[in-house]
Amino acid sequence: MSHRKGMIPIWFFIGILLLAYGVLILGAGIFDYMNPAAHPVVLSELHAGIWWGILLLALGGWYTLKFKPTKE
Amino acid sequence: MAILIEQTRLLTLSTIDVLVIAIYFVMVIGIGLYLKKFTQTGDDFFLAGREMSAWIAGLSFVAANLGSLELMGWAAAAYQYGILATHWYWIGAIPAMLFLGIVMMPFYYISKTHSVPGYLKLRFGEPSRALSAVSFALMTVFMSGINMYSMALVMKVILGWDINFSIWVSSLTVAAYVVLGGLLSAIFNEVLQFVLIWLGAILISIIGLIETGGWEGMVQRIHTNFPGGDYTHLWSTLGTFTDNPMGIHWTGIVLGLGWVISFGYWTTDFLVVQRVLSAKDLRSARLAPIIGAGFKMCVPFIVIVPGLLALAVLPTKLTGEAEALATGGHSFNEVLPLMLARYCGPGLLGLGITALIAGFMSGMAGNVSAFATVWTYDIYRALIKRDGTDDHYVSMGRWCTILGVLVSIGTAYLVMQFASIMDYVQALFSFFIAPLFGTVILGMLWKRATPAGGFWGLLTGTLASIAMWAAVKADPGVLKYIAVSPHAKDMAENMYRALWSWLICVFVTVILSYMTKAQPESELNGLVYGCTVLPKEDWVPTYKRPMFWAIVIAVILVILNILVW
Repeated sequence: MSHRKGMIPIWFFIGILLLAYGVLILGAGIFDYMNPAAHPVVLSELHAGIWWGILLLALGGWYTLKFKPTKE
Repeated sequence: MAILIEQTRLLTLSTIDVLVIAIYFVMVIGIGLYLKKFTQTGDDFFLAGREMSAWIAGLSFVAANLGSLELMGWAAAAYQYGILATHWYWIGAIPAMLFLGIVMMPFYYISKTHSVPGYLKLRFGEPSRALSAVSFALMTVFMSGINMYSMALVMKVILGWDINFSIWVSSLTVAAYVVLGGLLSAIFNEVLQFVLIWLGAILISIIGLIETGGWEGMVQRIHTNFPGGDYTHLWSTLGTFTDNPMGIHWTGIVLGLGWVISFGYWTTDFLVVQRVLSAKDLRSARLAPIIGAGFKMCVPFIVIVPGLLALAVLPTKLTGEAEALATGGHSFNEVLPLMLARYCGPGLLGLGITALIAGFMSGMAGNVSAFATVWTYDIYRALIKRDGTDDHYVSMGRWCTILGVLVSIGTAYLVMQFASIMDYVQALFSFFIAPLFGTVILGMLWKRATPAGGFWGLLTGTLASIAMWAAVKADPGVLKYIAVSPHAKDMAENMYRALWSWLICVFVTVILSYMTKAQPESELNGLVYGCTVLPKEDWVPTYKRPMFWAIVIAVILVILNILVW
């Protein structure tokens, strides 16, 4: 998907960013689960941070592996 | 002032949220730095080497339009006017995007023009190009400044950030990555920003619909909260001006928005067309707007649905800006941040705010990269220095990107001092879109249109639009004549003003073209339908053809409209 020989595809950058976000948001979600906030958000019992963090990790991991730069 | 900001801000960010935002800034600058080595020639800098795949060009095409004000503004409009705001995403965008891909793109692409004013030069001559290039360049940087100021204001209201900090940090970041990598960098970042906007904003709709028990539950709650108002039907209330909260008739939506404004913006505004011109071949260039249309059709799920959910679940009613200031309540414009605060905990809140910042940056990068191209190729090279080298023009492109950002910042500070300037500049921008569409569409589809007809049609249509706007400003009673109804409201004015100015442009172009000598067909090859032999595409399976996907998108559009009729 890179448009020029030797160029890292944009999807790889997206993958890296989503991986980093996945780690941060999953971590924050787990922390929030173990230490519930005094004023939780609406439907905090769904623990959106945890499953959204997992989703970002999965998406980020897939994009990173699929589009990782290779020696040509 | 600091105390005031602390008291009035809507959200408080945790360390994780700040980290999420900071990583985003590092990433976009990093992409710009990485792409600098791939941006050497004029084609690289101004047209991303014309090597983009249909997917990247298509996503960038939509992202350049999906600014943060678009997100915030239309979520607010959905709270104010209900589902009617969806018209700006469906009939007000999709048909035009499909038309661009199927009918117009071949002429833009095979004429090898760098820009829309460049096409007008080839078709109608230098005066038409000069008129459209100067107006586009000026309006683009002014609009960019207004968006910058509005974004900084939003950050001040919802996060308590200093307005100068927001303006300088975000605009210099955009300047840095566009100067480094030109359109290539802008497009790469727009794709990244598009993904972030979706991942940051879609949670509101998902959790909101869980809270209301799905779509039916949401509609039920809206009816309970606002008895007598109809916020959930798209077409059935448009039979008269008085039956819907927007004060508009279906003719205004179909002809003003769906035809003139939408086709004008999506097919002739170089800000978006530039993204498609970067495609690697004609088939990709035709597919890109169609892919963009597919994503555009889904955007109401992250913009309109949160506004509707706010009608259903927020305990307090939101009001206009003035009333909110007077009463200490919240305004329509705060819908999206309020919903973010309602559902998003640490980390997710940072992702949501990053989505808003990404939206702002993609919109601003779109403006400055389009400005750099039009200034360099259609003003500087055409009128000031015709014999420069490619390196010279790339260098000019980089410098005028910086200049464009600085003028935008200047405009932002000007608006800060004189708020009314915002209304004037936004109106100015709208003056050019409708007549420009009349000029371009006649130029492409009617071989009898002549340079004199094209130029004077464009000028007359623009002046007519300005005259109608000034007349309504001077005497609001004039609106009933322009919108053909005494019940028309502000929103209807734009629709009908656009329609009239387009008709005037077309009328003048046709009359003058018949009064002047026709151009020989040999001069119109590659520019006009009927005089151009379109290149034959290689055989591809049906599912890879632009027309197939255009039909699929059109059918889905019709079904969606019927579902919420």
